[in-house]
Amino acid sequence: MAEQQVKPSIDLGNLKAGGFIKERGKDLFTIRLRVPGGRMAVPRLKKIAEVAEKYGGEFVHLSVRQSIELININFKHFDAVVEELGEADQKVASCGARVRVPVACGGCEYNPNGLVDTQKSALEVDRQLFGTPTGHHKFKVAFAGCPFDCPKSATNDVGFQGALLPKLDKEACISCGLCAKSCTPGAITMGEERKPLLAIDPCIWCGDCVKVCPTGAWEAKQTGYNVRIGGKWGRNPLVGTLFATFLPQEQVVAFITRVLEWYREKAENQGRIRLGDIILKEGPEPLLERLRQSFPDSVVAETIPPQIINTQIGSGR
Amino acid sequence: MATIDLRGVSCPTNFVKAKLALEELEPGDRLELLLDDGEAVKNVPRSLKGDGHKLLALQETAEGHYLLTVEKGEE
Ligand code: SF4
Ligand code: SF4
Ligand code: SF4
Repeated sequence: MAEQQVKPSIDLGNLKAGGFIKERGKDLFTIRLRVPGGRMAVPRLKKIAEVAEKYGGEFVHLSVRQSIELININFKHFDAVVEELGEADQKVASCGARVRVPVACGGCEYNPNGLVDTQKSALEVDRQLFGTPTGHHKFKVAFAGCPFDCPKSATNDVGFQGALLPKLDKEACISCGLCAKSCTPGAITMGEERKPLLAIDPCIWCGDCVKVCPTGAWEAKQTGYNVRIGGKWGRNPLVGTLFATFLPQEQVVAFITRVLEWYREKAENQGRIRLGDIILKEGPEPLLERLRQSFPDSVVAETIPPQIINTQIGSGR
Repeated sequence: MATIDLRGVSCPTNFVKAKLALEELEPGDRLELLLDDGEAVKNVPRSLKGDGHKLLALQETAEGHYLLTVEKGEE
């Protein structure tokens, strides 16, 4: 870690939350920038380019979790880099056992598939929870705007996926059949008098029917987030499972806070352990029960433990 | 009513072609688009609706293609 490498003349406060990563070369560090949801205002981008040119190597690196990483920064320049980035309100990210910068797709603002404002959620979580120490291990959050789930939300400790529950107003339907044709999972068939019939089981809550319907006969009965918990990637990957459906967007921060509380308690004295591995030990019921107390309308009746992915290498678990 | 054959034209070129054809018309005029099954029939209608046009009907042809009737929306 950076703490041992630096001399006292450097402002050690800057290093506390991490984001400064030791490189191979002597004295050189990577500085990981805080870019919640991958949204980068153009003036900030210009400032980053300026700082990278002045203090860094010949390139920056775009991380998998939507960060820009400044490469080859000499530790002597930490204070100057932090200060100059600060002029454009650009902050440094975190590493270690903390809540990391949330990842998000473009959401509903300009993306035609988006059902929820993932960017707003990512900013809110970043503002309120970024850097919170977990006491155990890293804690990752991601937001997908719809069930296509480009950000792979279920591979995070808590993953949010936008969802829409459709409802039909038969009177407004002109029997064009576009909804049945657009529903990829085949949840809609054209029934008697050429009115659509919805089979709820195959429905994945993608909202495509609402988006195509020319008369507004399909409308949203509910929108919100489907929440999967306990995912992670790395040496022993887990896919998180469903703990809540149609969680209102304004409850996201409170929801993550409850999950964090439970994680902190249950992982006590277990060292560096991820949330998903705790759920594997405890079973999903205790966490479901805890969340049900605060979110009775959204938490599902039952779920399954995080799903172990067999990587076929190493005897693993 | 004119029919534009968009079979074999992939996304989003089919949508852009439909858009250009609609630009030639007056609001309230109608146009038929012949679309492939699959991605085309899923995407093109939705994008036209997003542009403010009115989708009127969808018919499957004997050969398994789709005929979409659109009415040009207000500017
Ligand atoms: S998850 Fe949905 S809304 Fe987000 S980028 Fe993918 S398709 Fe678009
Ligand atoms: S929400 Fe998606 S899956 Fe459900 S009925 Fe509508 S189009 Fe089909
Ligand atoms: S798309 Fe709308 S109008 Fe057309 S059949 Fe479906 S519900 Fe009816």
